Amino acid sequence: MSSITIFFAILFYLATLVLVGGVAYKIYRYANTPAPLKIPTMPAPLTRTGVAYRLGREVVLFESLFKSNKWTWVFGWMFHFSLLLVLLRHLRYFIHPVWEWVALIQPFGRYAAFTMIAGLLGLWARRFLVDRVRYVTTPSDHLMLALLVGIGLSGASMSFVVHTDIISLKEFALGLMAFDWQPLPEDPLLLIHLSLVALLMLVFPLSKLLHAPGVFFSPTRNQADDSRSRRHLAPWAAQLEE
Amino acid sequence: MATSNFEVPELTGCTETPRVQEGAAAGIGSFLANAPIQEALGFPGELVEDWHDRAIGKMGELLGKYRSLQVFMDACVHCGACTDKCHYFLGTGDPKNMPVARQELMRKVYRRYFTFAGKMFPSLVGAIDLTREVIDDWYKYYYQCSECRRCSVYCPYGIDTAEITMAGREILDSIGVGQKYTNEILGKVHRIGNNLGLPGPALEDTLSGLEEDVLDETGCDVKFPIDVKGAEVLLITPSADFFSEPHVESLIGYAKVFHAAGISWTLSSMASEAGNFGMFIGSYDQLRKVALRIREAALELGVKRIVVGECGHAWRVAYSFWNTLIGVGGGADDEFGRMLQKQLDGAYPQPAHICEYTYDLLQRGVIQVDKEANDHRVITFHDSCNVARGAGMGGIPGGQFSIPRALIKSVANNFHDMAAETIREGTFCCGGGGGLLTDDLMELRVKGAQPRMNALKNVVDGEGVNFMATICAICKAQFTKVLPYYGYEMGMVGGVHQLVSTAIKLKCDK
Ligand code: SF4
Ligand code: SF4
Repeated sequence: MSSITIFFAILFYLATLVLVGGVAYKIYRYANTPAPLKIPTMPAPLTRTGVAYRLGREVVLFESLFKSNKWTWVFGWMFHFSLLLVLLRHLRYFIHPVWEWVALIQPFGRYAAFTMIAGLLGLWARRFLVDRVRYVTTPSDHLMLALLVGIGLSGASMSFVVHTDIISLKEFALGLMAFDWQPLPEDPLLLIHLSLVALLMLVFPLSKLLHAPGVFFSPTRNQADDSRSRRHLAPWAAQLEE
Repeated sequence: MATSNFEVPELTGCTETPRVQEGAAAGIGSFLANAPIQEALGFPGELVEDWHDRAIGKMGELLGKYRSLQVFMDACVHCGACTDKCHYFLGTGDPKNMPVARQELMRKVYRRYFTFAGKMFPSLVGAIDLTREVIDDWYKYYYQCSECRRCSVYCPYGIDTAEITMAGREILDSIGVGQKYTNEILGKVHRIGNNLGLPGPALEDTLSGLEEDVLDETGCDVKFPIDVKGAEVLLITPSADFFSEPHVESLIGYAKVFHAAGISWTLSSMASEAGNFGMFIGSYDQLRKVALRIREAALELGVKRIVVGECGHAWRVAYSFWNTLIGVGGGADDEFGRMLQKQLDGAYPQPAHICEYTYDLLQRGVIQVDKEANDHRVITFHDSCNVARGAGMGGIPGGQFSIPRALIKSVANNFHDMAAETIREGTFCCGGGGGLLTDDLMELRVKGAQPRMNALKNVVDGEGVNFMATICAICKAQFTKVLPYYGYEMGMVGGVHQLVSTAIKLKCDK
């Protein structure tokens, strides 16, 4: 077993641990921090079902962003939806035999790499061109975009330019999941791609990428407009009544 | 036109997003509260010596108590979608008035002290130490936010800068840095019972004066009862309704409605204030303490219904928070909540907004109006932020928009809405909400009103609008002051019940 294989195997175990553990911890924190007052942004749905729809529209369509800025919406939606396709396409490296629908989206998933990169570049351009966005951009915002673009470019190069040994890669991936390590092809593009992905997994729970779980816990979006008919009391607030 | 020592924006009818001008509003600041004002609310009288540690401690405490703060600190991606949504940025061009930048004032500190990335790589993620300069910026810019929540409508994660402003003010108060205007008023409520500081006897005088005025004018013996035990309805209204113009016209309107419908009602000297500035400073404690007066009054007077007069933030507090704070509402399964909820009539929404209440009476034909009496007016409606984005009405989504408009249209013939993107949930703040209605912030108030004034200009020029109705005491006071800066008459603004008052048929008309 080469040292590169061992390094990447350990790296991915670690990255998975940090990603899952970190996000789980954050979700635990969000879920356990009380929301003492009803603060949905009105008009809000009157029922829990309505709230589920509202959150669904936010997550799938980026409804609020659509209302506020069409350019950011176009690029943002393009990036996220492409990323989803790309991620789903990658399932093929972790499942054997490959599910039918994963095989079906394969061609779309491949080309989604380009729309993903285009969306990212659009978002990045706004960070330079719009003075208001430039003002609020931090170095980490640029690095995050660089990281994602890097992942997209290295991945797309392997799909379209210099193919890598996909069969061995899949064996490596399946081996990781079965705790039965298999050699990783030592193709530089692949190693770059994998390193960047691992880095993304590592920073996820430490960065603004927490917007992904955060949106579900945002009280302005996930509360129903029922304050007059239901007494809402946080535990620490209830204590004041004793 | 009023004179000023700053440049009043010119109205073009279209509010353009300004270029970023750093420091453009840095010279605007409200007066600090002195020690007696602070101490009356249980806050330190001046900046405490260990302010740094106490502020960080308070921030940690709030992060554990408010999910909103915790999630909002983490979730922002700096997408910039909110940057052109704040009327104070649109009016001043100061980038720190962009909602995300206002949040960053706190987020930078949060990152430094509460996140791994900020502790290890501060400059990478824009994390900074809490310094005196940061505290000064907090005070300045958290008192340049009217907590109007417009930004929260447009943020993909619903990040509500008002929540962060409230947290910022709460931290500042806890280290002895408070704002004179808001905290002085809170002291008055605790001491005297209302924001204006009107003692009971003065209030009774005013009310009997109003009875005489209405009798002279209409020949009708319309009563303004106070502290009447066993009345059906307890009316909780902002104290400005008792004294200020045009507010008092709406108070007369409410009294006429009760009179015409033949419903027994009362005001309360103990709870002579609907406003609750506890919300402005983000203090749950103050919010609850101020609201408790209403619970006490309701229990003592034995009323069946609680109706709230025209006040924006008061309606948010009443509609969204009263059930939580003091058990005015329904669905309580605890001792404290049930005590009052048993007494109140469950057949009606508790509390009810006066617009809900009047509109229902009109619908049922209990009261009648003469719409032509308002024919000299061409009316538009300014949605007040706290009603639009902080509360509801009528038990239907968007009732807070449709009911006041339906009410206006049923008492008057000429109505025109302002441009769609400036009303309803996208409404622009009057510029004076959230504890900023003070003369020391006049420049900010005038500049922050610009987007609303532009929208108004369009319907004035295009439709001949000569009356802007609103259901908020702060909006009324703010516009009364600010309209003249833009060349409009201050009498252009008034309450919805001022229109009702003009049109309502009293059973004893001369
Ligand atoms: S709450 Fe209103 S005033 Fe405050 S930042 Fe948001 S838009 Fe501006
Ligand atoms: S819209 Fe929301 S996520 Fe985007 S910059 Fe503003 S606060 Fe942050």
